[in-house]
Amino acid sequence: MSLVLIVMLPFIGAVLPALMIRTGRNACTIATASVTILAFALLMTHVPAVLRGEVVQVGWDWLPGLGLNANFFLDGLGLLFASLILGIGLLIIIYARFYLAKEDPMGTFFTYLLLFQGAMVGIVLSDNILMLLIFWELTSLSSFLLIGYWKHLPEGRQGARMALAVTGGGGLAMIAGALLLGQIVGSYDLSVILQHKELIQASPLYVPALLLILIGAFAKSAQFPLHFWLPHAMAAPTPVSAYLHSATMVKAGIFLLARLWPVLAGTEIWFYLVTTTGLITMVVAAYIALFKDDLKALLAYSTVSHLGLVTMLLGFGTPLAAVAAVFHIINHATFKAALFMSAGIVDHEVGSRDIKHLGGLVMLMPITATLATIAAASMAGIPLLNGFLSKEMMLEEAAHTVWAGQAWLIPLLATAGAMLSVAYSLRYITQVFFGPVREHYPSTPHDPPMGMWLPPAFLVGLVMLIGLFPQTFAGPLVAASAGAVIGGPLPDYYLSIWHGLTPALFMSAVALGLGIVILWRYTQVRAAWQKGPHPQAKALFDRTLTGAVAVSSALTYRLHNGSLQRYLAWFIGACVVIGYVTFWLSSHEAGNRAMLPAAPVAIVGWLLLIGGCAALMALHRDRLLALITVGVIGLIVSIGFVYLSAPDLALTQISVEVVTVVLLLLALNFLPKHTPAESMSVRKVRDGVLAVVAGLGVGAIAFAAMTRDFVTLSDFYLEQSLPGGGGTNVVNVILVDFRGFDTFGEIIVLGIAALAIFALLDGALRGEVGRKLDAWVSTEQRSMNRHPMMLVVATRVMLPLALLVGAYIFLRGHNVPGGGFIAGLVVAIALIMQYMASGFGWTAKRMRVDYHGMVGAGILIAAATGIGSWIAGHPFLTSAFEYFTWPLVGKFELASAIAFDTGVFLTVVGAVMLTLANLSRIGRRAQHQQINEQPMDVNPLENTKN
Amino acid sequence: MEFLVASTVGLLTAAGVYLLLRARTFPVVLGLALLTYAVNVFLFAMGRLAINMPPVITATSPGYSDPLPQALVLTAIVISFGMTALLVVLALRAYLESDSDHVDIATDGDLKGGPH
Repeated sequence: MSLVLIVMLPFIGAVLPALMIRTGRNACTIATASVTILAFALLMTHVPAVLRGEVVQVGWDWLPGLGLNANFFLDGLGLLFASLILGIGLLIIIYARFYLAKEDPMGTFFTYLLLFQGAMVGIVLSDNILMLLIFWELTSLSSFLLIGYWKHLPEGRQGARMALAVTGGGGLAMIAGALLLGQIVGSYDLSVILQHKELIQASPLYVPALLLILIGAFAKSAQFPLHFWLPHAMAAPTPVSAYLHSATMVKAGIFLLARLWPVLAGTEIWFYLVTTTGLITMVVAAYIALFKDDLKALLAYSTVSHLGLVTMLLGFGTPLAAVAAVFHIINHATFKAALFMSAGIVDHEVGSRDIKHLGGLVMLMPITATLATIAAASMAGIPLLNGFLSKEMMLEEAAHTVWAGQAWLIPLLATAGAMLSVAYSLRYITQVFFGPVREHYPSTPHDPPMGMWLPPAFLVGLVMLIGLFPQTFAGPLVAASAGAVIGGPLPDYYLSIWHGLTPALFMSAVALGLGIVILWRYTQVRAAWQKGPHPQAKALFDRTLTGAVAVSSALTYRLHNGSLQRYLAWFIGACVVIGYVTFWLSSHEAGNRAMLPAAPVAIVGWLLLIGGCAALMALHRDRLLALITVGVIGLIVSIGFVYLSAPDLALTQISVEVVTVVLLLLALNFLPKHTPAESMSVRKVRDGVLAVVAGLGVGAIAFAAMTRDFVTLSDFYLEQSLPGGGGTNVVNVILVDFRGFDTFGEIIVLGIAALAIFALLDGALRGEVGRKLDAWVSTEQRSMNRHPMMLVVATRVMLPLALLVGAYIFLRGHNVPGGGFIAGLVVAIALIMQYMASGFGWTAKRMRVDYHGMVGAGILIAAATGIGSWIAGHPFLTSAFEYFTWPLVGKFELASAIAFDTGVFLTVVGAVMLTLANLSRIGRRAQHQQINEQPMDVNPLENTKN
Repeated sequence: MEFLVASTVGLLTAAGVYLLLRARTFPVVLGLALLTYAVNVFLFAMGRLAINMPPVITATSPGYSDPLPQALVLTAIVISFGMTALLVVLALRAYLESDSDHVDIATDGDLKGGPH
């Protein structure tokens, strides 16, 4: 369990700094640090087991249908990365406490930092590759927040956007690649995938999967040519750079390469793609780093270069190279984090991090100078420091790696990379801390408070300890993580300073010598570099982005011009084209299902419907007539349902018809009564053609489907309706039992629609529209009889009867046509009739039902029924039923589904009434009449008195 | 019978599409109502047609029509009422706000241009 907790702690703890910042910066820092310490301590409890070679696993099925399981595992590689993430994270938190200025919102910073930390730990501990991808994207998002932390700086915002675009875009490719990998193996669990090397490498999908995964990993780990985002991300505060770009974010790509190394590595394509990319990145970035004056830019390019080195080692595909890669990951994290922190200290205390304004700081800030010198010397690969050891191993491996038959190529370029690395590292030392003391610095240089130099000092301590006693301080961790990368027996190796007079030592010596020469002749070298070309990736990136934005806005504004007519025409046209093309490409045999004979009554109904449609086309400008015609068509459709054995549909359709017509009449009260003839004949012809083509297509599909036999699921429902659902009306049993969850969703949609309508209408009563309604003058001639006696008496007498019918339809619904939907509509109609007869104001005073509450209660009752079956130990919405014998009534069935149907009933009544009652509220506002005292125009009581 | 139902679906679709493409809100709402009929009947017909065979279990019935499309269509009818109601109210509010029931946004250039 504690593995899950390690991942979740930073996420949960992310709220702490946001809350604690009110109690001060120290309390906030302590809260943040304790979250990380706790996670780190939990991680440490697993160290003995992992070093023994065990794999700690925990997990459960989350979405097994998708292959997405919440599985975590911790092996040597995971332990290495998780320790780096949490350990360096802790140092960064302390450092950031002293680095951030008073006006920087520290709570926000630590919240982002913990979110990022959680996402990173999630990546390295995930067993499921889909879950890994989720964390992967989370690191892209949280690093966007961190890089853009100084929102007021345009470079910060641009850098953050670029990082997000490149790493997030790479992440998309990665998702595709990981899905392919899962497809090949048939499982998304890494522990399973890692067992299937032969299967994966033999698959035809291996190459596309590899390419996509490499794009994602290279984008994240800033490999050439996707390296350009990293230097721009240096606009972030230095703690962010130190954290993201030394030990975590950029190492995520490397981590993934290492993680998948057992199954992806070892092929030709892997060797050439990964080795070549790493090699080019290492040399090119080191070359650029040599000429950067900004300390952080120098470190950024050197990071890119060292990531290239590790990538190249992983590309070699040999176990020894994998050991070297893992070792260099540890060493690079320690010295590079220390270097970033020291650069931050210089920037913080001197006020500039431009080499041209620095120099001679060694006596002014001795502690910083010592720390930075040792760390940079390690980066240069000076003996007795840890950078030397892994660089030796790299050179040793490079020395006997042959690239396309050229044995000299890799050794030569690797030595060149090492030489450049020596040169820029020594430049960092000599041109910042040594040389003449300047007369004037942007601010007076001095060593920082202890909180700021202690974290890098700790790392520098590690640099020296590992450098002197590698086997003691790094040996077990390297062995455990390299074992996890290789996924087999470890090769024969020994971490030590002296391996004898090897080719690597010779290459190292050459690199050191030439590096010193370059620095000695730096002015000339720089002058030569100045003459060369300096391609700017940012400009290219910006141009690409601007171009893409221009194309998509041109396309969007061309299509999305605000004309509903145009959208609909395009939409319908596209549907028609797709439909016809599909039809054209499929078989055109006639169906062979026996057709039903057409009875005369059916033909009469059909003719009536044709007449209705024709009348509608002719009359549609007169809206009232058009509405009545639509009502007639609806009526014929419901009769058709009766005829074709669908009594439930007929009942529903006919009651919905009534409600809809009332609704449209209420709306028509305000809308214009006529539609002007304004369409040009060209458009009419276009619309007509579209309509006819669409109608023919849909009719033909319907005919083709109906004249063919098919396999139906419904036999199950017909068989199980009575024994399983306890009802004989199969449609109702499907609604409230078999597919109850669908129905539950549908009543929620209905409830939401009613609330949206309420919001629209309630808003209309205020503001500009409210004033318009107050000044409304009706142009229609109104009946002198506002509340005719006949109507009032009839509806009043009918009300109890109608409610009784509603109750009856509701109760019988499980066994014969009826149920909650239909009963709800019937009751709503009975109530609406009261509003229509006696007016809104009069009725509203007497109907003290809160329709909002009714909708809510309905949904809650339906939900409670579903939850009830959880309590009984069944899945959501499982229904139960029982037969009881009541005196007088006899044998009686009670199903839990009836409670669910009550929920449906209440929601339908509430939604319909909420809609219509609020629509008539608008009408009342515009009529400017007093609420009538009496239910009808004539007061029968007064008449009897007289 | 199958031809009658199929031609009805086609006719309702054609009339619905034509009204949907008109320039004022009210015909659009009516067109949508017709299209709803067409879609519902279409879905219903996917269970194939049957006469005098309602899906209510009895001892004597010779067979049953397909209950599944019926259950689908029943909720579809109710939901489409909710949709029609929302659309009408939207149209009404838009008319009251803007004094026009035209469906297109009057383009006086405010939609043109890029996101700035």
